[in-house]
Amino acid sequence: MATEQVPIHEVRPVTQELKIPARFIPQPVLEPGHTYSSITDHISSIVLRRKMPLIWYVGMGLSTILFLVLLAAIGQLIIVGVGIWGINHPVAWGFDILNFVWWIGIGHAGTLISAILLLLRQEWRTSINRFAEAMTLFAVASAGLYPALHTGRPWYDFWLFPYPNTMTLWPQFRSPLIWDVFAVSTYATVSFLFWYTGLIPDLATLRDRANSFFGRKIYGMLALGWRGSAKHWYRYESAYLLLAGLSTPLVLSVHTVVSFDFAVAQLPGWHSTFFPPYFVAGAVYAGFAMVLTLAIPFRKIFKLEDFITIKHLENMGKVMLATGMIVFYSYCMEAFFAFYSGNVFEKYMYLNRATGPYWKMFAMLIICNGLAPQLMWFKRLRTSAFWLFVTAQFVNVGMWLERFVIIPTSLHRDFLPSSWGMYHGTRWDWSMFIGSIGLFLFLLFLFVRFLPMISIFEMRTLVPEAHPIADEPTVEKAI
Amino acid sequence: MAQIFHRSTNTLSRVTIFGAVFMIGFVLWVIGGIVRSPYATDQGIAREQPVPFSHQHHVAGLGIDCRYCHTSVETSNFAGIPPTATCMNCHAQIWTSADMLEPVRASYSTGKPIVWSRVHRLPDFVHFNHSIHVAKGIGCATCHGRIDKMALTYQASPLTMQWCLDCHRNPERFVRPRDQVFNMAYVALNQEQIGPKLVHEYNIQSLTACSTCHY
Repeated sequence: MATEQVPIHEVRPVTQELKIPARFIPQPVLEPGHTYSSITDHISSIVLRRKMPLIWYVGMGLSTILFLVLLAAIGQLIIVGVGIWGINHPVAWGFDILNFVWWIGIGHAGTLISAILLLLRQEWRTSINRFAEAMTLFAVASAGLYPALHTGRPWYDFWLFPYPNTMTLWPQFRSPLIWDVFAVSTYATVSFLFWYTGLIPDLATLRDRANSFFGRKIYGMLALGWRGSAKHWYRYESAYLLLAGLSTPLVLSVHTVVSFDFAVAQLPGWHSTFFPPYFVAGAVYAGFAMVLTLAIPFRKIFKLEDFITIKHLENMGKVMLATGMIVFYSYCMEAFFAFYSGNVFEKYMYLNRATGPYWKMFAMLIICNGLAPQLMWFKRLRTSAFWLFVTAQFVNVGMWLERFVIIPTSLHRDFLPSSWGMYHGTRWDWSMFIGSIGLFLFLLFLFVRFLPMISIFEMRTLVPEAHPIADEPTVEKAI
Repeated sequence: MAQIFHRSTNTLSRVTIFGAVFMIGFVLWVIGGIVRSPYATDQGIAREQPVPFSHQHHVAGLGIDCRYCHTSVETSNFAGIPPTATCMNCHAQIWTSADMLEPVRASYSTGKPIVWSRVHRLPDFVHFNHSIHVAKGIGCATCHGRIDKMALTYQASPLTMQWCLDCHRNPERFVRPRDQVFNMAYVALNQEQIGPKLVHEYNIQSLTACSTCHY
């Protein structure tokens, strides 16, 4: 460089003189004042201390009870059969697929946060990714229950997979239901690997800090011999990036395939080409609502406000607003397609949805998914944990209602009026649903007890010492 | 701080990880073998019967036709198990005091049928019809094997769905002229030529829809 080097403040005026309004100053993704050791201490102590806060015991107790409800519902199902559910002619697809789709959708936020936001270098993902990935895994576990159990004879579930059998039969590869098997099992596998790979350095931290003999042994085994050498880190980074690359298409593909379950069928209300993007947006929407539902109480209980800041919550609120708008747009398009098609069955199906016997469900759906997310336009609500939590509850309910509106209301009025019928979940349907929530929470409470719910080593990259030069651009760079 | 794990853990964990892959593969291979073995299919296992009836003696030795006893094989789903009276057609005259035939005489005098033990057992969800197979030129021996060589009756074929479909997908490999259906010793020397010809002539369809058998 030929010119004389000039001090940085002459090139770029210092911010104080400009009087930048507070709303333009970026909020931190980690509250100031933290160091490497304070982060490690805080997060690992949640796991390594002997006693959990009282509320953890209450939550664990309640979710165990719900989990037992699930076991009872499964027991009854195996003893009696799927006749205990409300499904029958003409609504043969009821709570089982409804809850499956609901849970699978919820899982999507984890994959989006961990994979896509990683590749896009969004730093704010760091404190919520571990948590969201665990949520993904547990949601997929809850989702997986339904296809496994709806067969009525779960011990034959291996028939879903193509394997060389004495019947010389393959599954029907042209059916979207077999695509589901592949999509979901791939999703579960990749999500697990991603989550576990990300856990290894933290498991090693826990191994090194554990006080008990068994703690050291168990965390040590799970850490797979991690010593934190440069070679380890090099391999870790490559593996993690590769897995992120693998997970990225899954965010789109899994719910696309799930939507094919409906879109491939020749049924008014299902047979729509725009189902895949509509479902993917809905999945991300539902997923972020669930992350908020869980993150807001947990950051309070375990005093993690420094790590999961209001900035994180706000960003999630924004994602919810954006995806919620896509979902609501899809509802409007559904109505438009029905009328534009000129098809009497399509039109009737839509009118019946909105004004038929299930109109209450439809109205609640519009309130929950159409109106409630509009609250997120307001920064005051978006930055308030309370209002975010309230909105997220609307979304959780709304996304369940959406699947209810899509599935039974499309089926219950067949082409022939003689085949019309009504569908209601029985108490076993509801026990199974509530029970699967129990399983989800049960696993989640175990997770926060035994594993670090925030990635310790990734949080350490956010402290200022990790970026010695990032905030002070050299003169060359500034010019 | 002392090491948590002994040095040998490195080797142990590697062996465990690689071993697990082979163990899982091995277990699946064993399961695959068991479900195809006579243990699961009963293929080749002679069942104990109240009277040790020998097809070898009656078919090969005496030359009795299948249909003398299995009367409904050409007209019904079920080939038919002969009533005791059929046995007594001959055994009222010969071997009248043989100990081995005591259950037959007892059945005849009391009118209580002999409880034979079924050799070919299909699951309840499968329908099999003897008459159509006989009418389309499938020989007894194609499924039941050389029954004329069985001193004690056993199941010659595995009766797996794979085995059914082998023929249903390729009937030309197994079909024979109708007049040879009850011939135990029939061997086609030119199946490649006559097979497709007979398939055409008898109008044999390759029926592999689920509802062909499961209805």
